[in-house]
Formats: sequence, C-alpha cells, structure tokens
Amino acid sequence: MRFYEYESKKILAKYGIPFPKGGVAKTAEEAKNLAADLGGKVVVKAMVLTSSLTDRGTVREANGPDEAAKATEELLALKVGALTPVSVLVEEQVEVERELALQVTYDGVAKLPVMIASDVPRKNLDDVADDTPDRVKRRHFSTLHPMRAQTFRCKELVRSLGLGGSDLNRMTQVVSKLADAMLEYDLTVAEINALGQTKDGKFIALDVNMDMEEEGRFRQGALLEEFGIPMTETRGVRGEPTPMEREAQAIDADDPRGLISPFVEFDGNMGLVIGAGGGSLTIFDAVTRHGGKPANYAAIGGNPSVKKAQRLAKLVLSKEGVDKIAVMSNVVSNTRADLVARGVIKGVLELGLEPKEVITIFRCPGAWEADAFKILEKYGVDYCDRSVSLSEAAKRAVAKVQG
Amino acid sequence: MGILVHEDFRFIVQGITGREALNFTRECLNYGSKIIGGVTPGRGGREVYGVKVYDTVREITEQTRVDGSVITVPYQFAPDAAFEAIEAGIKEIIIITEGIQRKSAVEIIEFARQHGARVIGPNCLGVITPGVCRFGSLGGPADDCKRAFGAGCVGVMSRSGGMTTEISNALTLSGLGISTSVSIGGDPVVGSSYSDLMPLFEADEQTKAVVIYSEPGGPMEAQLAQWSKDNNSRLPIVAFVSGRFMDDMPGVSFGHAGTVVHRKVDSPAEKIRAMRAAGIAVADEIGDIPKLVKERIEAKGG
Repeated sequence: MRFYEYESKKILAKYGIPFPKGGVAKTAEEAKNLAADLGGKVVVKAMVLTSSLTDRGTVREANGPDEAAKATEELLALKVGALTPVSVLVEEQVEVERELALQVTYDGVAKLPVMIASDVPRKNLDDVADDTPDRVKRRHFSTLHPMRAQTFRCKELVRSLGLGGSDLNRMTQVVSKLADAMLEYDLTVAEINALGQTKDGKFIALDVNMDMEEEGRFRQGALLEEFGIPMTETRGVRGEPTPMEREAQAIDADDPRGLISPFVEFDGNMGLVIGAGGGSLTIFDAVTRHGGKPANYAAIGGNPSVKKAQRLAKLVLSKEGVDKIAVMSNVVSNTRADLVARGVIKGVLELGLEPKEVITIFRCPGAWEADAFKILEKYGVDYCDRSVSLSEAAKRAVAKVQG
Repeated sequence: MGILVHEDFRFIVQGITGREALNFTRECLNYGSKIIGGVTPGRGGREVYGVKVYDTVREITEQTRVDGSVITVPYQFAPDAAFEAIEAGIKEIIIITEGIQRKSAVEIIEFARQHGARVIGPNCLGVITPGVCRFGSLGGPADDCKRAFGAGCVGVMSRSGGMTTEISNALTLSGLGISTSVSIGGDPVVGSSYSDLMPLFEADEQTKAVVIYSEPGGPMEAQLAQWSKDNNSRLPIVAFVSGRFMDDMPGVSFGHAGTVVHRKVDSPAEKIRAMRAAGIAVADEIGDIPKLVKERIEAKGG
C-alpha cells in the first residue's frame, strides 16, 4: 500500500533524516495559514496516489500565503486518473546546492535488498538507469545482519557516486537509515527522489516516496494507527471500491474460506465466476481475447462453500446488463467442483432464472467433477471437462453471450 | 529422471499436524513418496498416517538421511522453520506458506545460499516428477495427481500452483507428458526463479523442452530472456504470460502478491517482448502450448 508523502516523511522523522518544515492542508484556507506560519517561499504538493512509484502528481511553488491558497485550490481540483488529491502538503522552500536521488528496494533477481543512488534527481530511476547506466550506482546488502554491521556497504555506494570528505560520511548515514526504515516497516520501496544538499553541507529529503507490502498491514498495525489509516482503507489507485466490490468484500468477510477476492468490477456484460489466482488471470485474458467483455474479475479458490458460490453468482448477476455468466477454473486440486456447481445453480434459481440459459459454460475440472456433471446435467447446463482448454471454453462462452 | 527429486528422495514435513499438511501428507504417501518424518513443536511422539512426528528437525536428521523438507507452518514461524531445516543440513526446501513478508523470504533465501541449500517458494505448491516422487501439495488427491501429471519430456515451471496442474494436464493429454513440474511460487521474491532451474533441466536427459507460466510483476521473465541469450540451450522454451489485461491497469494487484505492474519490466507486454527477442516462443492462447512445444521440439530435431 502506498503512503502519502507526508506519511513517508513521518517515517523519515523516526530515523532522524531531515526534511523541510511543513504541514498538511485540506483547504485553501488551511494552506494559507500554513504558508503564513512558514514564511517566505513555499512548495505546495498535491497528495494523491498514482500508479507510478515516482511520478506523484503536481507540485507548485508559491510566494507567500495568497499564492499558496491559490495553488491549493487548483491542486485540489485536479483529476489524477480515477482520483482527486485528498490534501496538499505545504512546505518551506529549501535552498539547496545540489540534488541527488536515493532508493532502497528488493532486487528479485539477486534476491537481496539493494540500495541505489544517482546524481540525477526527480526522475524515475529505472528510466535513468536505462538511459544513462553509469549515473546509477547499486549496492546489494543483507537482511541477515543489522545495519550497524553493514554500514560499509552504504559507504561503498556513496563512494561509488564520487562523494568524499564529510559529504561521504553524512550521506552514508542517510542511506543506512533509509535501509533500516525499509526493513523495519515492511516497505517494498523507500525512495528519496530528491535528496538536497544545503550550502552548509547537510542533506535534506525533499521528495519522498514509500510503499509498504500489502501483507504488512497486519504486522504494522501500530504504524497505521499512528497515521490514522483504518484497516479497511484500500489505498487503491483505482479509487474507492464500487458498491459491488464492497459487497464482494462483505461476502469474504462473512466466510473467509474460499476467498473470491480480488473482486473487481469492469464495464462489460459477461459475468465471470472464475477461479484461482493464475487461473483467473488466464481466463480473463481468454475471454477478452475472444471478444468477450467481462463485467467483473473474481478469483474464487481454496474450496469455497456452496453458499459462497451461490452468493458470488447472485452478485455477478445483480449487475445491470449482465444476464449470462461463465463458471470456469483451471484444473483444481482442493476446490470441490460439485459444491461450486450446486452453489451457482442455487444462486441462479433464487433469482428466478433458468440455469441453462444463464450459465454459458461450466469448466472446473478436478477430483469431484463427476458429481458436478450429474448436477449440471439435471439442469441442462453446458459443461466441459479438462480435455477442453481454457481458451476453447472461453470462446464457447463468449459466443453464447454474443448470441 | 527429472530434476530436484529422485526415486529414493526422502523428505520431511514441517508443520505436519496442520490441516492442509495432513491432507497432502496422506496424498503424498498414497502417491508413493517417502515421507520419513514430520515436525510440530510440542507434538513429538505422535504419528500422522504412520509418519512419526518429532519436536525438532535434528531428531530426524541425526538418525537418517533427509533430502528435503516441505514447510507449511504459519507465516510468522516460517523463517525459523526454514533456518532449522537448513542448519540441520537439508538441501531442498519447499515453502508452501503464503503471506511471508518480503524481508523474511529474503532472509531465508540468503541463509540457504550460505549453506548450499535450495529454496522453492514461498507461496508455492511443490514439485512432481511423475511416477517418481511428489514433493509437496501440488496436484491434490493422489489419483487426480496421477491423471494430471503423466511422465514425459516437458519440464514445467509456473508462478501459479493451479496453473502448474492445468498446463501439466494439457501436456499430458497431448501425449508429450512431464519430466518434472515445479510450482515456483507467486511471491515477489522466490527462492528459485526460472533461470535458476534452467541448468537443472538442461542437464536432465529426459527433458526435451520447457514450458513456463508467467504473470505480471517482477523481473523473472527478463532474467530468463537474458539467460536464454547467454546460454546456447538445447531446450526450446515455450512461455505463457497471463494477465495481459493488466497492461492497462498499472499499480493494481490481482491474485498473487507478486502480480503488480509498477515498473516497465513488470508489464506483460514488456515480458513478452523481451522473451520473444530472446527466441522464446510465447503462446497467445493457453490452449496453444502443447502444439507450440511439439513444433519447437521438431524444429530442434528432437
């Protein structure tokens, strides 16, 4: 989950990494007051979560309270993807001699955490590395040793960037603290995208960006509580969940076995009761590839109950314009196809609909498929076994939806 | 022959008294696998389907040879369980546990590397060499497992456990069959990536081609493309990349923890481009995989 910049800076504060004075404003009036308190030139930053880890929306410079108020009004009216900024961060403008960039993250190839530094600030570091590889320096480090036993790795990184003297020692401290923060708070990325150096040689984090792994939510309860982030706040870049998505979450909350999430609503007319992590991705692609327009994404798996399958089928069919569904999964190991069949048919019947009309295809091969086939035959529902590929099954289903 | 396991492969199950572990221990035994012990702290002295349960891994490794361990303990305990197995000298570690934090996964992998052990997973189902050994929970009930995984010449590596079975089943139905199928895990950092395991398939005479199932997120496919360019492999590789619809939905995660597109390298489009540029066949449809494998094997004169 993404943190807003003011939250990321609260994490920096825990480690004593300096950043500009400032505060969060939800209205132009608040921004004006903040700017007046800070005095002089300020920077106003829109707080919005975007898909990119580094390109984080819009920043305005303002000379005094009135300009800050005006900038805030403009920024709060912005539309960034599906989102509008929730607030602005108003900070003093700090004069710096130069800016660097610093990031700690995981390297999935080396399977180690890595610290990355560059003298090209305020850019996506991946792009900088592609365009000018010699201006991006990397150093892997270890998760098995405390930072105090591998500060030398931070030093080597800073040295490779060409820093010496007191600059070297000062920046080494910043790197080591940032790495500590990443490991402590389950961050996937901690980045100071603009690390300024002031005239007196001190480093200051101007532009900061952090992302915590989703699984971290449960372990980092104290931090989230400190930030006032409720457990239910999704922080999705798509914006707030739709009522249908909320209902899917409620179904999972009632009975966590056989999770149907992630459930995501789409614009199409073909309901998908589809299963398992990789299977759902593959099925969604196959439906789209054959011209189908999915109304939703779901990933039912881990042996759902009859009730769960029933509720999912009803939910999907409750969407306006959806009168047909496809029930599909990869070859399953633990999920009982007979329970899924029973649940889906029950759901359809409860809506007063005809299973053989509504269910375009049933393809859930596995140990219990023979029992499922009996139920499906009774209601005249079209089904297939494992000899029919997911692509072929998707094609058949789409053809029926398009009539 | 296959990779990773063999006829006399002997393994233990850590967390053997858990619900899922009980199921797959029974099904592994039904399949013919040699499970020579289980570990659950505090439950030493019991038996699970005839398998003795111990409190510590060393109680087993001190009396007999142990080649592998399947770890299914809750995520909070997974690093400790893995360290215990690795320090006791076990060299092949499968971690089924889901939701292990990234830092812990890396700790386990680092520790394994220092001790010459290999980690498959986390968040995977395990390994099957049909008719030889089933190491983990892959494939479900033993009879179903035998049906979906028939012996043959194709190595399979998949980031999704379910799709490991789906693809293996399709290859079995096509008559090609499986040398070894490996569910490598759906987490952002896993112990063994495609290119880590490629040299093993390369050295396995039974394997004539490799199929990989891939998802959005992570650099593993770019790494395989690079491996493929750097090594003049005798094995044709056929890849399938799922989640192509996610190209238009950056920042959103679907399914496994590893599936999120943040960076350029994460996107299905970029993965497909990189792999095709390296001579890897990328199937547009999941159903095309067996046909493509046959074509590629014939083209290599196999």
